[in-house]
Amino acid sequence: MKARVHVSLKNGVLDPQGRAIGQALHSLGFADIGEVRQGKLIELELTGALAAKPKPEIEAAVKDMAQKLLANMVIENYSVELVG
Amino acid sequence: MKAALITFPGSNRERDMRMALTKANGGKAPLDVWHGDSELPKDIDLIVLPGGFSYGDYLRCGAMAANSPIMREVKKRADSGTRVLAVCNGFQIACEAGLLPGALMTNAGLQFICREVNLRIETTASEFTRKYRKGQTIRVPVAHHDGNYTLDADSVKKLEDEDRIAFRYADPLGTVAPETNLNGSVSNIAGIYNAKKTVLGLMPHPENATDPVCGGMDGYGLFESIAESLA
Repeated sequence: MKARVHVSLKNGVLDPQGRAIGQALHSLGFADIGEVRQGKLIELELTGALAAKPKPEIEAAVKDMAQKLLANMVIENYSVELVG
Repeated sequence: MKAALITFPGSNRERDMRMALTKANGGKAPLDVWHGDSELPKDIDLIVLPGGFSYGDYLRCGAMAANSPIMREVKKRADSGTRVLAVCNGFQIACEAGLLPGALMTNAGLQFICREVNLRIETTASEFTRKYRKGQTIRVPVAHHDGNYTLDADSVKKLEDEDRIAFRYADPLGTVAPETNLNGSVSNIAGIYNAKKTVLGLMPHPENATDPVCGGMDGYGLFESIAESLA
């Protein structure tokens, strides 16, 4: 079992890296690209007692990890996806 | 004043900070504390988080350091009123640890900025800046890639109302304008206080402007202020 935590900047928070990526795509000829937002994907392998728990409990545990460390709630949002 | 200087793996301004603190504190050097330590001596008056690239800036600048063993103790001390000076990466760590509001994002221009800047002293009603004049401009270096101070508009207003903005990026005459905004920081903010004004966080390096033969003396007032306040 794996958990994928997607971390992205909140709406309204300027993303200069995303903007630079958008400009680079434009310069490569990919004209039909609007706003680009960059985020990150953190994949966690779940082991031991946690992996044996029901999905809602696993999800709650991973959300706790996201709020305490993986995302900075001042500027970022996150979503959790359980795989396998 | 009894100061404790915290060093994390990847800190790189701790020596400069030690020199500035020692000079302002009558030759008395700060206590060196390692990130893996979990306790501070009882009689510490000031905790200093220096600049650098703690833990290689992994995940987010300051995020790993904010969760290191010593930071649990630092948070406990800060909550009970011990003064904290957090510079550059230290500022990022303090924000990540929740000692100060907001977050420091990548500079709006995406480049690492290493040069001298002009800072306007926004308030002298603080133990950290009482030796300066309100509105005075000082010239100190910056060296950062993630100094873009980010905070929602309501919270910025709250900082203003509570006189908690310490420094703003300005021109040499003290004019604060979009053109003097170094890195995209909201409202040109370079440094802020917590609600009790016992914690100061700033991106520029006042410790690197404390010697006339090396960068001038404009940052020395901050160290003199703290040393005098906590004497």
